[in-house]
Amino acid sequence: MNSLEVSRLAYAYPDGTQALYGVDLTIAKGERVALLGPNGAGKTTLVMHLNGILSAGHGTVSVAGTPVRKDTLKEIRQRVGLVFQDPDDQLFMPTVRDDVAFGPANSGVTGEELERRVKNALDRVGMLEALDRPPHHLSFGQRRRVAVATVLVMEPEILVLDEPSSNLDPAARRELAEILRSLDVTVLMVTHDLPYALELCERSLILSDGVIAADGPTRELLADEELLRRNRLELPYGFAIPASGARG
Amino acid sequence: MGAGHHHQLHRPGTSAVHRLPPQCKLLAVLGFAIVVVATPREAFWAFGLYALLLGAVAVAAGVPLTFVLRRMVIEVPFVLFALAIPVIGMGERTEVLGLSLSVPGLWAAWNILAKASLGVIASILLAATTEPRMILLGAQRLRLPPLLVQIAMFMLRYMDVVMDEMRRMRVARESRGFEARNLRHVPVIARSAGALFIRSYERGERVHLAMLSRGYTGSMPITLDLAASRTQWALALALPAVALAVLGVSW
Repeated sequence: MNSLEVSRLAYAYPDGTQALYGVDLTIAKGERVALLGPNGAGKTTLVMHLNGILSAGHGTVSVAGTPVRKDTLKEIRQRVGLVFQDPDDQLFMPTVRDDVAFGPANSGVTGEELERRVKNALDRVGMLEALDRPPHHLSFGQRRRVAVATVLVMEPEILVLDEPSSNLDPAARRELAEILRSLDVTVLMVTHDLPYALELCERSLILSDGVIAADGPTRELLADEELLRRNRLELPYGFAIPASGARG
Repeated sequence: MGAGHHHQLHRPGTSAVHRLPPQCKLLAVLGFAIVVVATPREAFWAFGLYALLLGAVAVAAGVPLTFVLRRMVIEVPFVLFALAIPVIGMGERTEVLGLSLSVPGLWAAWNILAKASLGVIASILLAATTEPRMILLGAQRLRLPPLLVQIAMFMLRYMDVVMDEMRRMRVARESRGFEARNLRHVPVIARSAGALFIRSYERGERVHLAMLSRGYTGSMPITLDLAASRTQWALALALPAVALAVLGVSW
């Protein structure tokens, strides 16, 4: 079964600005997919639909076969793990432990089972030793990893990351990539960091002006200069797509 | 980072006082303060005994005197106010070192100083032995409305973030040659404050979205069991109980 299916999704903000004009996309279980697009393409708006924070003006979203509707919100929010761009928005509790526990505790997990899941999630992102520290004492890269743990702990069907590499220094960026690669979970990564998409995702989608403008292997999309230019995307200076077969 | 801000008060440790559940300590400090306030100001010896009681707590908690004294600076404005009362007070007067002072004023000053100092010391000991978030969780167990506790929790979490943002805005202002020197510069500062408010408000909305995404439905899940045993209650309430006994004798 597909982890995520979005069909003919359209949305206009209350002030009348149309952000999405019929988005279609499907992500199979276990895939790691990058959603590329310039600022203002509607990436964040699309992400907000995936766990029902915004509700579709038109079209449907379904996660592992469950449609996103008012009566399924609770279930959907357990299955879709959203990692926001600013970890300070995501980590709102006084300690790392409380923060990671927040999601499962809301769905009724308590006691030793809760403790076990919290520790397991932190271990998967290599942040177990930060268990009792307040989030503001961590470095930015560490905070982002804890933010990933706060949704991993829910054992989501799909992990959705909004600009995971933003503000990270090169080492933190590589560490996060290693962690994401080690996770056995479907990932949708929203970004305009093209090398990062190439490094982590076999397949990419380009969202432009509220529609999916391209869908294919990341390597092919990024090699198509004309396609990138049309969609306000560019590879960084001096960057070339390595010959096919070599690892990105 | 302004991180030191709310950690200066807390002194991590593992003493018996540290380990008491926060709700017990909160109630003990509250009870102690009420007893102190109810003590007649003429009973000098009673205040001496109260001070000894707090001294005993400090020793048990391993909080050094200098730690307490340094944090008592917060009381200074009240001290200044109290010291002014005998000078400007009315009624019968007496000579002290050539100064003419009001007798009722002296009594009032003593009353304020003694009671306020005892209250402040008790609070410092509470804060020194209890993490800020534990104080809030304790308050929640004592039936403080959960919404108030949540607001205070967020303040605790985001104080540093907001202070950081404020500092960045100040640096940005000063990098462009601005320096607040006189009243004409107030509008600039005011606009910065407004911008900071809007940024914080927007952050509040984003945090709310993050909470919704993880299944928030209006109440914070309780992940910490703070149940207190009878012995712990008895230990904590020994402080106000002994103080109450002293009060009983002083009446």
